[in-house]
Amino acid sequence: MNITRGKTHTSAEKNPLPLISLLGRRAIYVIQDSGALFIFMVKSMVMIFQPKQLPLILEHIYSIGARSTLIVLLVGLFTGMVLGLQLFHTLVKFGSAGVLGSAVALSLVRELGPVLTAIMVTARAGSAMAAEIGSQRISEQIDALFTMRIDPVRYLVSPRIAASIISFPLLTAMFDLIGIIGGYLTGVLLLGVNAGSYFYRVQSSVEMEDITSGFVKAVVFAVIVSTVCCFQGYFTHMQKDSYGAKAVGVSTTSAVVLSCVLILISDYVVTSLLL
Amino acid sequence: MKKYRHETVAGIFVFIGLLCVAYLVIRLGEVSLFSRDAYTLFAHFTSVSGLRIGSPVEMHGIEIGRVEAMEIDQPNQRAIVTFRIKKGIQIYDDAIASIKTAGLIGDRYVSIDPGGGGDILKPGQIITETESPVDIEGLIKRYAFGEVK
Repeated sequence: MNITRGKTHTSAEKNPLPLISLLGRRAIYVIQDSGALFIFMVKSMVMIFQPKQLPLILEHIYSIGARSTLIVLLVGLFTGMVLGLQLFHTLVKFGSAGVLGSAVALSLVRELGPVLTAIMVTARAGSAMAAEIGSQRISEQIDALFTMRIDPVRYLVSPRIAASIISFPLLTAMFDLIGIIGGYLTGVLLLGVNAGSYFYRVQSSVEMEDITSGFVKAVVFAVIVSTVCCFQGYFTHMQKDSYGAKAVGVSTTSAVVLSCVLILISDYVVTSLLL
Repeated sequence: MKKYRHETVAGIFVFIGLLCVAYLVIRLGEVSLFSRDAYTLFAHFTSVSGLRIGSPVEMHGIEIGRVEAMEIDQPNQRAIVTFRIKKGIQIYDDAIASIKTAGLIGDRYVSIDPGGGGDILKPGQIITETESPVDIEGLIKRYAFGEVK
């Protein structure tokens, strides 16, 4: 199965309605592109279960997951701290600063944990995926793999998707916990909420459903981010208006932008389906 | 060692991540709280409005169990609530179970006054004396229409 991105049709004869046909051309391009993305995703997900993938997956868990830990922890700590600060000043107006724990924990576990983790990992690892695969494409290393009868999707893309599916939920769990500690730092140590009631509220308000919905989101985002970034890098040579090194830059940019937009859209969709 | 550096770091990462997941699921998700060291008691209420499955059951203000199930007893026109109470907590047959509210707009919980006159209740027995929750909206309505003198 050979996957190609959509090609736009150009001809020399006179176009009666140039604007309308431009719109149509764009629409066809978008539809073909998303179809190619979907086939790319299915193919590389199937390829995960081929033999001898485990060492490659482990290598990518190191680069995607382990090396993102520090930035995720830092962002999580400060997100929790700012949540504690902001929510305290809102809740104290209603005389219910005691529920700070549940407000911080629920917003972290349900929403902010998965989304912010996915965006941070996109910025750190997703851009690297697109740039790395993109420069392998323009220096014809992918063609070399193909001539050696190594499937480039199986060798380059599948391990990255599998590593993302493993890493994203783990990073999300770390983000949630360090965020709750951040809320403790500002809410309890700085602003004087009762420590016992903070942790009691955290424990009593978070239900199993909240945790599972957070992890479902993390897995969905993992598939989206890794697929989109690898797709953009893999088809760097089919960029419409740029080639060579410039195309690597363009595909890295569009990989990050498209991933972030799709994270936020799919977050809404997943939330409305799960509620 | 150098050859396996990346694998080792990835292994440590996965291990710490799994620990975080386990903490989230077990401590915050409360997967198996009071599952083994608990016994069941029942109580009949005329209304359990606002009470939820999993609401705390308290005695002298200390949590001793949770609400496990709520059903309608159609022939007798009342609600049956099932409690899971920690083993070792002794409740007598003249105990009073009342549904209360934490704060003015807080969650509903069940408060048990253990009594002390008669026999100790055995697992599966019924707390006969109960108090249903105060209907604040109804009170306000009565006050507004001047029935409270």
